[in-house]
Amino acid sequence: MNFPILSSLILLPTIGALFIFFVRSSNSQYQSSKYVALFITLANFFLSLYLWIVFDKSIVNFQFVEEREWISGFVNYKVGVDGISILFILLTTFITPICVITVNATIKNRLKDFLIAILILETFMIGVFCSLDLVVFYLFFEAGLIPMFLIIGIWGGERRVYSAFKFFLYTLLGSVLMLVAIISIYWITGTTDVIKLYELGIDAKYQNLLWLAFFSSFAVKTPMWPVHTWLPDAHVEAPTAGSVLLAAILLKMAGYGFIRFSLGLFPDASLYFVPLVYTLSLIAIIYTSLVALMQEDMKKLIAYSSVAHMGFVTLGIFTMTQQGIEGSIFQMISHGLVSAALFLCVGVVYDRLHTRLINRYGGLVSIMPKYAIVFMVFTLGALGLPGTSGFIGEFLVLMGAFKKNILVATIASLGVILGAAYMLWLYKRIIFGKLINEDVKKMVDLKRFEIVTLWLLVLPIIFFGFYPEPLINSIEVSVANMIDMNDLDKINKLALGD
Amino acid sequence: MENLQLIIPELFISIMIMFLLIFGVFKKNSSQLVYNLTTVSLVAALALIINLDTQIQSSLFNNSYNIDSLARFMKILLILSGIFVMLSSSKYIQISKIRKIEYPILILCSILGMMVMISSNDLIVFYMGLELQSLALYVLASFNRDNLLSTESGLKYFVLSALSSGLLLYGCSLIYGFSETTNFNQIMVNTKEIEYGLTFGIVFILVGLAFKISAVPFHMWAPDVYQGSPTSVTVLFALLPKIAALTVFIRFLYIPFYELGDQWQMIIIFLSIASMVFGAVAAIGQKNLKRLIAYSSISHMGYALAGLSTGTTQGVQSSITYITIYLVMNLAFFSCLFMLKRNDEYYENIDDLSGLSKNHPLLSLSLLVVLFSLAGIPPLAGFFAKFYIFVAVINEKMYFLAIVGLLATVIAAFYYLRIIKIIYFDPEKEKFESKHNLGLKFTLLASTFFILAYFIYPSGIVDIISQININ
Repeated sequence: MNFPILSSLILLPTIGALFIFFVRSSNSQYQSSKYVALFITLANFFLSLYLWIVFDKSIVNFQFVEEREWISGFVNYKVGVDGISILFILLTTFITPICVITVNATIKNRLKDFLIAILILETFMIGVFCSLDLVVFYLFFEAGLIPMFLIIGIWGGERRVYSAFKFFLYTLLGSVLMLVAIISIYWITGTTDVIKLYELGIDAKYQNLLWLAFFSSFAVKTPMWPVHTWLPDAHVEAPTAGSVLLAAILLKMAGYGFIRFSLGLFPDASLYFVPLVYTLSLIAIIYTSLVALMQEDMKKLIAYSSVAHMGFVTLGIFTMTQQGIEGSIFQMISHGLVSAALFLCVGVVYDRLHTRLINRYGGLVSIMPKYAIVFMVFTLGALGLPGTSGFIGEFLVLMGAFKKNILVATIASLGVILGAAYMLWLYKRIIFGKLINEDVKKMVDLKRFEIVTLWLLVLPIIFFGFYPEPLINSIEVSVANMIDMNDLDKINKLALGD
Repeated sequence: MENLQLIIPELFISIMIMFLLIFGVFKKNSSQLVYNLTTVSLVAALALIINLDTQIQSSLFNNSYNIDSLARFMKILLILSGIFVMLSSSKYIQISKIRKIEYPILILCSILGMMVMISSNDLIVFYMGLELQSLALYVLASFNRDNLLSTESGLKYFVLSALSSGLLLYGCSLIYGFSETTNFNQIMVNTKEIEYGLTFGIVFILVGLAFKISAVPFHMWAPDVYQGSPTSVTVLFALLPKIAALTVFIRFLYIPFYELGDQWQMIIIFLSIASMVFGAVAAIGQKNLKRLIAYSSISHMGYALAGLSTGTTQGVQSSITYITIYLVMNLAFFSCLFMLKRNDEYYENIDDLSGLSKNHPLLSLSLLVVLFSLAGIPPLAGFFAKFYIFVAVINEKMYFLAIVGLLATVIAAFYYLRIIKIIYFDPEKEKFESKHNLGLKFTLLASTFFILAYFIYPSGIVDIISQININ
């Protein structure tokens, strides 16, 4: 197994981007550069699918590890996957081709540049999920800002400049402390290699500060209340494909970071800060659900619902139980699929009517029946109906939470009800009701490529809702190992006074 | 005399200066020829330096002139930047009608002065080099003598620089008074205990040096001079004196006064923090690109000083790495400036860049890369420059400095983003000319490629720099 499969996954999109860059641009060749992008992203998807198949789910260790000297004597380029990261890579390579398919309808100018930005972004996203060195991780984590900034700023809506700046500066401000922490870890332990750090452990007296520095970065990116305000702006102004990538993958980087670094490297500090995370997560779940209820803009509503869903994720991670962490990962994958689908759905009607205001729509069921069906599935997925993937995630998270703290779990359960409220109400206002608006009557039902992309997302949502085994299987060993290795159970018991 | 071969590059440049002066006067209309000959002689000087035996650690003239690995590396850096400046600005000086025979010769003079500064191991030799480069630069700043801003900037630079030279000389005399010598190594031997006069001497010299690299609070001249001078001279100001002054900083702090670290460390930390924060904040409101890059370079010098303030070899090496990457980034930025030309007129306001990406996709892509790199966003070279600095700073447990520095990068990111916003998000304006001479294109291409591809093999430069020993 000498073929550097992970590096190929990382590099392939960049090679595609270079290829598109150097092909001479003319309007007739826009189509060809789109096919190149589609081909590259699909190739990447199948490559990662192959990775998932040959990946040995019963082994605890990181697999497909590649190591090369990079900054001599200091940082090595090191990548590898375990059961957790492989799912996120799969999610990334699955969502990106869907984004490429949608560009036809949504991107009117500079299609070539847009494809290049998306491909470069894919490189960075995959890099984040498989890097096994803190500096390499930071590099990919931060580098993703550049293409996303351009995607929002160039192809965004009216207030795109404000949103792009807010997105960039918020995230950068959050991340700088993480850089200080990473360098400090190097001087404390002598390495930034994650595997070695797992073995060495970090002295408990340093952990709290380091944890906070990492937290400041991940909290902004998750986003947790009260630093979530960049997300609605960024989502509303970004083009459809940008919103999809942002919601489906970029937000998951933080959740992944919490599991891989906060829990993995600083178990004592994680335990110490559990009340903080619980509080912020609960506020996020309840408060942003209420805010979502009041939104008049569809994209804003879904953006706030993302914050609420990510609240479940952080809650689940910091229950530090097998169910809680598995639930969080499942919830992230499921939310990646569902929120991507919801943003695509908004994109579909936005392309036709050029407004995202909910009250301009109504009665779509009679003119767009196909749309009504897929939108129904995604709505139910978002509110966590049994039989969709959303249910499994939320259920496992709540199970973990009930094990630890009944009050927290009860409040979080209220969030599920609120989630149902705003999603169903949104559905009612858009799909049902009377057809009043003249423009709406002229809208046509889903086109072929829209049917393809949306049904591609319906399938996994329902499949994993009924049969979550493949995903759970993949993460089970890694999560159990994470808990064992850091004695999270023992720490938990000590804290409970057993 | 057998050591004279070690200063052949300096001798060569001096001879070329005299030859070109005579040649230019006697041959009519030879300004372009002299310009090209200057570039060639810089290339020859570079070859001579590289040709020197790398193992040599030697001092000449009664131990007052050092030829060591530090001097060698910095001189190569200096002359390389000089060559690229000459290559990129040849068209500019022709169009702005400042192509006179004196222009390239003055550049040679200032480069010679800087080489002397870099190698100096004695207060008097150092001062001689400093004045040689300063006097040439005063004239260059006001070279566009029909332009009010240019003459003003030359005068302003002259008056303030003379003041700082005075302070510096006073510091030298104090140090001479308390240590009975002007030789750096001797000063170290003679000053075992701290005396107030000595501390004052150090402070005065640091003030003079801080002025040369425009560190806050001695930065007032920089924005005006950067804006007023012809752009081809602004590049010089942004690149060459920084190399020389930083080398003198390293020699001065790490040879004679290394033992007195606690006397100067706080001063350098203050200069560093003030420069980083002030440079970042003051650049936000600027409308002129040259003025903006002046504030940006103030801020960048703050980071270079942060590396020096650690008092460790690693810190010094991180500063040298920083200045190397800084040079490349600024070179790329100014090459882009030289390309903003329409009907024989150069544009230098930020608004002129509006919508550049529609008409000039490649130029805007280079600017995008350069600006994100200046802002220190990975995976571009600028990130690594800052990364090395913070590694050295955090190693010394100077967390406050590191956190302030990183917060300043976030503030600075705002104004770099603003330029990117204007290039990429705003409506387009009239096209600029798209024909440029080969030297300019090559400079931009090479520097942009360096910035983009640095992350592939970051060890290259660090390995070279790690062989420089300071003491």
